[in-house]
Amino acid sequence: MNDTRKAILNRLNHYQLKYSGIESDAKAKQTDWGLEEKVKRFTARMQAVQAEVHEASLETWPEVLQEICHAKAINNLLASPSTRWGKEIYADAKRFPSLKRFQQPVEAWKTDFFNTIEAAVTGSAGGIAETGSLILCPDMQEPRTLSLVPPIHIALLEKKRIYNTLSEAIHQQNWVQTGMPTNVILISGPSKSADIEQTMTYGVHGPKELIILLV
Amino acid sequence: MKNVLSEKITTVYFYGTCLVDVFYPQAGVCAVELLQREGINVIYPQDQTCCGQPAWNSGYRNEALTVARTQLALFPKPIPIIVPSASCAGMMRVHYTEMFRDEPDASGAHDVAGRIFELTEFLVDVLGITLTDLGDPIKVAVHASCSAQREMGCATKMTKLLQQLCHVEVIEPENNAECCGFGGTFAVRQPEISSAMALEKVQTVLATGAHCVVSQDCGCLMNIGGAMEKQKQVMPHQHIAAFLWERTKG
Amino acid sequence: MAINFRKNAAKALKQDDIQINLKNVVSRLRDHRSAAFTDAALFEQLRLECKSIRERAVFRLPRLLEQLEGNLLRNGIQVHWAETTLQANQIVLDIMQRHQATFLVKGKSMVSEEMGINAFLASHGIECLESDLGEFIIQLANEKPAHIIVPAIHKNRKQIASLMHKYFPEMPYSEDIDILAAKARYFLRDKFCNAPVGMTGVNFMVAETGTLCLVENEGNGRMCTTVPPVHIAVTGIEKVIERLDDLPPLLSMLVRSATGQPITTYVNMISSPRREGEQDGPEEVHLVLLDNGRSNICGDMELQETLHCIRCGACINHCPVYRQIGGHAYDTVIPGPIGAILEPQKAGMDRYGELTQASTLCGACSEVCPVKIPIPKIINRLRWEAVRQDTCNVSGSCPARKPLEAVIWKIWSQVCSNPGLYRLLAQLVTRLRNCIPAAIWQGWTIARTPPKPARTTLHERLKAKGIDYE
Repeated sequence: MNDTRKAILNRLNHYQLKYSGIESDAKAKQTDWGLEEKVKRFTARMQAVQAEVHEASLETWPEVLQEICHAKAINNLLASPSTRWGKEIYADAKRFPSLKRFQQPVEAWKTDFFNTIEAAVTGSAGGIAETGSLILCPDMQEPRTLSLVPPIHIALLEKKRIYNTLSEAIHQQNWVQTGMPTNVILISGPSKSADIEQTMTYGVHGPKELIILLV
Repeated sequence: MKNVLSEKITTVYFYGTCLVDVFYPQAGVCAVELLQREGINVIYPQDQTCCGQPAWNSGYRNEALTVARTQLALFPKPIPIIVPSASCAGMMRVHYTEMFRDEPDASGAHDVAGRIFELTEFLVDVLGITLTDLGDPIKVAVHASCSAQREMGCATKMTKLLQQLCHVEVIEPENNAECCGFGGTFAVRQPEISSAMALEKVQTVLATGAHCVVSQDCGCLMNIGGAMEKQKQVMPHQHIAAFLWERTKG
Repeated sequence: MAINFRKNAAKALKQDDIQINLKNVVSRLRDHRSAAFTDAALFEQLRLECKSIRERAVFRLPRLLEQLEGNLLRNGIQVHWAETTLQANQIVLDIMQRHQATFLVKGKSMVSEEMGINAFLASHGIECLESDLGEFIIQLANEKPAHIIVPAIHKNRKQIASLMHKYFPEMPYSEDIDILAAKARYFLRDKFCNAPVGMTGVNFMVAETGTLCLVENEGNGRMCTTVPPVHIAVTGIEKVIERLDDLPPLLSMLVRSATGQPITTYVNMISSPRREGEQDGPEEVHLVLLDNGRSNICGDMELQETLHCIRCGACINHCPVYRQIGGHAYDTVIPGPIGAILEPQKAGMDRYGELTQASTLCGACSEVCPVKIPIPKIINRLRWEAVRQDTCNVSGSCPARKPLEAVIWKIWSQVCSNPGLYRLLAQLVTRLRNCIPAAIWQGWTIARTPPKPARTTLHERLKAKGIDYE
């Protein structure tokens, strides 16, 4: 193993050409759209790929969430009890469908998780206006599969955390300096595929619906 | 190096290309007529043969270099060199510099490369030619060669010239950017694919309902025209120089 | 053994349904891409930036690989190096056996195709299940992908419907694309849930942070990297980039060039296996770094640009040759223009040299390449490497030098560098215009009439006109 590594690196070092240092100054100009424009762009991009975007406020979002759950006839909702949003949901549990939580490692209830959970609600680490993307950094409270396995994914996003671009997000969130989160996911719409005749179909392996609550 | 266009152009070299020499000499004659009518004195070095492209594209670089070197010696005066083919012009403008990079005559090749103009490019950009249409109303399909579109970026010059002719309706075939399948030796090495490409090109050209098809490159014309002929189609094909001269000579 | 491209291509040209499916999808892909790049100046600027990022990465490859490895190890990701596909397969097999795993679910990965991992593991009783919709279809059909982004590009919905019906007769026959996708979802969901191992490729590896970046639309890739207890990523050594800052422009160019989307549904950046206290994610993440001939491409200023490729497939979609014959005729992992320069350099000119002839040098590929790889220039260079007699810079070289052809070019060169002789012969050809034996035009005349020389040459006509010459 080590011999292989050494052989490859030796060969690369042997062949290595002198780097001419011609670094292009052609850097894409950093845009700054302002809050309203960012929200507009984010929403338009998301809607173009069949995501739902609902405007709410810090006061009204539980009500909007309740309405969505009702409209979609959601029977159970996976949510963390310990996040900022989760605390509010659990505090007012009676207005939501049966609340489920990730109490144990996924292995302990995988089949159940895959087959019975209808929707999950998560927060988000931000949004990207240019591409219409949610930034998720799953952690102990909100595991990676929350936004992947249930057929409906509902995400809360604070408008003020919508960045212009991915580059801006990388810098503002200090990923390089403080170390990357274990898993960063950018989500831009529900799961989709155009593998058959380049014709778009939604809801392949990931969530069939992505619903965003802008607060 | 002094810019070849810094002084008023009175004389140019004409580089006919081997394909025009043997198969389409009329295109070359018409190109010269067009230049002369604009008051340009044309020099045709009789020692010209081939730019070397066929061998260069086949990997026979030494052979290509030998031939290209012979051509370099033909243009001693610091005046433009006009080529009635985007493909050969591309060879001489773009690839000569590259092929002579490590040769003792690199600077000579660079000098020649800097003086190369494709015919329509020269007529439009340098001479600013004005054409008067003397022909009957006609629909013309334009075939932009790959070299004209991409390597030389002069495909639009042909259209610009045709648009000056008031009785000519210019039609771009569908999927015009697609290669016609000539590709020099490609037509011989991969004849099946080349034929499929040529047939499809013929379909799109015929679908325009034009009276004839024109192009800046005789290679494409030989391919498209030959394929039309094989299918007993009657749409004539013409080099842009021949078409322009016939419409405007009076 | 050398491939027979010409024969394969001729066969593909006769398959009418493939022709229709292929051309339809190719034109859609072209339209999608061009709609994503409406500003030509911006496109040029962005691709200059991307070119310089990839150039910097390839120039610094050994250093970046060591940095990447160090950061991955620190993050808890295990790194394996493989010279050959056999070694890479063996590494995967060892991991599978250590976990007593009998199957794995796989996200789309061209490097895994290069490894031939499905067949290799099958011979050890281990099943690989393709989970990308296109790859899933290809696996059902027992074929190889015909495109690097759209594996089932050559199949239409009818063909896919009957294929699915054959394998899942319990589900009602349908040609509705939503239903076809739903069938795949239904079948694979259970597999994702129970798979002991997930395997994927990688789009970019960030040296600075030790991050594996994957893009996809379906969510199957995330399933493979997230749900099974073990994730194995396989990729080529050239996929590394230096900084996290290099990622956004490349991502944007990759996705837009490939499908015209502004971004894929999922961009998955993995920097660590499950950490203490986390409830999901793989316990083990492995990265297999495959060389398989790549490092040999690094020694040449011109050829190393081949390694800049980010596998968007735009050159394939815009290639007029690919458009006629599809991917299978190339008989390679990567088809199209990029395959025609990459595969001969990796596996040897003696095997894949003919692919350098699979081009009219029309330049459509380099015009759309998001990292400005001068593909026609490299094809030209490889054609030279194939016939040159002195040294040679590519493995398995010199196979194409045929004595007769070499003699013909020698004669051509003699004639064309001797103006008097040239003029004489050119005149002779015009005088014999009606006596040229049809046999010399063979191939050309499949679809065309034989070219006919003019009555006299341009040399003669201009001389007769008294055109000045010196």
